Amino acid sequence: MAQSLDNSEFRPTGLRGVAADFSSDQRAFKTASWGKAMMWIFLLSDTFVFGCFLLAYMTARMSTPVPWPNPSEVFALHIGGQDVPLILIAIMTFVLISSSGTMAMAVNFGYRRERGRTAALMLATALLGATFVGMQAFEWTKLISEGVRPWENPWGAPQFGSTFFMITGFHGTHVTIGVIFLLIVARKVWRGDYDLARRGFFTSRKGQYESVEIMGLYWHFVDLVWVFIFAFFYLW
Amino acid sequence: MVEIPSGSADAVPTAEVEDVELYHPKSWWTKYVFSQDAKIIAVQYSVTAISIGLVALVLSWLMRLQLAFPGYFAFIDANHYYQFITMHGMIMVIYLLTALFLGGFGNYLIPLMLGARDMVFPYANMLSYWIYLLAVLILVAGFFVPGGPTGAGWTLYPPQAVLSGTPGGSDWGILLMLFSLIVFIIGFTMGGLNYVVTVLQGRARGMTLMRMPLTVWGIFTATVMALLAFPALFVACVMMLFDRLLGTSFFMPAIVEMGEQLQHGGGSPILFQHLFWFFGHPEVYIVALPAFGIVSDLISTHARKNIFGYRMMVWAIVVIGALSFIVWAHHMYVSGMNPAFGFFFATTTLIIAVPTAIKVYNWVLTLWRGDIHLTLPMLFALAFIVTFVNGGLTGLFLGNVVVDVPLSDTLFVVAHFHMVMGVAPILVIFGAIYHWYPKVTGRMLDDVLGHIHFWITFLGTYAIFFPMHYLGLLGMPRRYHELGDTVFVPPSANTLNVFITVMALVVGAAQIVFLFNLVWSLFKGREAGGNPWRATTLEWQTPQTPPAHGNWGKDLPVVYRWAYDYSVPGAAEDFIPQTQPASGGATREVVA
Repeated sequence: MAQSLDNSEFRPTGLRGVAADFSSDQRAFKTASWGKAMMWIFLLSDTFVFGCFLLAYMTARMSTPVPWPNPSEVFALHIGGQDVPLILIAIMTFVLISSSGTMAMAVNFGYRRERGRTAALMLATALLGATFVGMQAFEWTKLISEGVRPWENPWGAPQFGSTFFMITGFHGTHVTIGVIFLLIVARKVWRGDYDLARRGFFTSRKGQYESVEIMGLYWHFVDLVWVFIFAFFYLW
Repeated sequence: MVEIPSGSADAVPTAEVEDVELYHPKSWWTKYVFSQDAKIIAVQYSVTAISIGLVALVLSWLMRLQLAFPGYFAFIDANHYYQFITMHGMIMVIYLLTALFLGGFGNYLIPLMLGARDMVFPYANMLSYWIYLLAVLILVAGFFVPGGPTGAGWTLYPPQAVLSGTPGGSDWGILLMLFSLIVFIIGFTMGGLNYVVTVLQGRARGMTLMRMPLTVWGIFTATVMALLAFPALFVACVMMLFDRLLGTSFFMPAIVEMGEQLQHGGGSPILFQHLFWFFGHPEVYIVALPAFGIVSDLISTHARKNIFGYRMMVWAIVVIGALSFIVWAHHMYVSGMNPAFGFFFATTTLIIAVPTAIKVYNWVLTLWRGDIHLTLPMLFALAFIVTFVNGGLTGLFLGNVVVDVPLSDTLFVVAHFHMVMGVAPILVIFGAIYHWYPKVTGRMLDDVLGHIHFWITFLGTYAIFFPMHYLGLLGMPRRYHELGDTVFVPPSANTLNVFITVMALVVGAAQIVFLFNLVWSLFKGREAGGNPWRATTLEWQTPQTPPAHGNWGKDLPVVYRWAYDYSVPGAAEDFIPQTQPASGGATREVVA
């Protein structure tokens, strides 16, 4: 049987070609590893979770007959004798967006196999993430001390507190989980697990530098979600 | 469309991914209990799902006894009745059907049918099962806590679900239900990501998407849908937990209970309904699509004929999956909505009938002039088509707003959804078990016991649910513990109720025959050999039966043709396995 290795002469062109490539054998996404594909699909699913949370919040806010507290007053800090609206949240957002920058750099250095810089940048990312969560804790404390509870608040619709704590809490949990995994992956990079093909404790599979990028996908996603929460909660 | 000339189609692209390294278990525990092998996990899922399904079966008996003989069974009071209803519905829909189709059949069939060694993330796959088991245990714990399980109905509509008038509403019941669902969703996500990535990225050489058996297409599409639909349920559960535990008012309007104004106010019960049905309607197809896929393969194999319109079948599955996300509010016609929305949702609902009808026609056309073997899987597949068409047609009634409103909350609805998403998928499950049991165990299920089981189950379920349509048209409401004297319900309706209950007891008892068959055949069944049905798909071509760890021995299989080369003219046998090069026989595969 003397044939060419592929049946390229029968290959369709144009849109049909795109479909044929996508549905060709073994892999639909030719460049994505299993782990990366899994993370993308997980993030798609998680998008629906946050989407439902935000839609529920919008429904509550639009349908309540009680006035909604004014975000620029509620989220203001009293600094130097005057109220600065949204100052804390602006800093928090800045910190989180910056952490995406350090994460992107970590991915780059990961692919260059520069262990030290990769690990350091991941640690920086984790630190920025932890700072974000810390400032969120400060914001929660301030609001709680002012009388905001999940079931009531001094300024208006009780759904303000419920949705605020629920959505920022759920997002904060994502950031916290991200910080933990950043530390784990940073440690593996630092130790050279991916160079030595050391096996995972649970999965007993060899890790790769790609883990840094997969970690990055998650981190950027958490960041992106924050942009929406910021827009819908603080700027609306 | 070009027919690839035989000869050059022998060529198969070179391997893009190196063969995976498998985790090899060393002890009995890691081999059979905390196993990372998808086949073991599949059996674990199936056994757990069927066990909890038996609980739901018994609960349905108790409900039927109460409906036929109100007052005879003192322990079935109104509270217990609602608890039975709730747990029966929730168990059947989520913990039995979803878990069995995706966790059970998905785990077993996806790697084997696609020529993979295992799922792509075996460890997460193992966790998925144990988290599912935990969810089941939390659910069952509801029966043993003060106040018992929740009696809110399987839809858990607030505000009643968290009020003290509902069983479990102010006790543990509703909490355990919500916790169990949340845990289930977390566990399912781990498994679901596995199934999707395995299908997309873990196939054998030559296994293109358009060569996958329809079983895999059905399970794959259903899993994608589940990953997008369960988030809505997750969010609804979290919010209701907060309403119940923290006193928030997401779903709770201002409400007076027992003469006392509650702390809640301003919440939207309708919001819960939207979230619930955004999950709930795709859920119907999460159960139905794997059944569609499996039944296509059963019919093709046992009618010795290629599936009619394979590409159309694939697109129908995908289109049904997509459409099912924009029809959810047809469950809420009586909740009230803008008439324009009613029009929209009725239209989309009726449009789903088009791809669904395409599938039914294609099944029938596959049977047309086929070499039909009336084996047990085929009998169950035929029974499925009849039952599904019946249940689907009543769906057209209920999809229309004006027809739905008078029929809503009557036994007509109960008859409809039991036909279409209760009995029909379960018939497929039985057919699938009779079909794949020989591969899982190496032995055939007993034929005589199987026929007894089939005829009682098929005719019996018809006897149960068909009369319910009439009761529903009379206006007999669902979810009523006891009707008492009602003007519009004639006495003959009660005779029918007694008949239905007797049939329910008979059908339930017939399942003992099935369970006995499962156990007996495991030891005494006829040896099956590797490919007892003379089927083409990869799972029947494994070197060992049951397949060993890693499925394929040293070399992964290579796929040269689609899954439906039955009765190809000129071929030596009436089936050509997918691993047979094109030079070994022509193909009926149509390549675009």
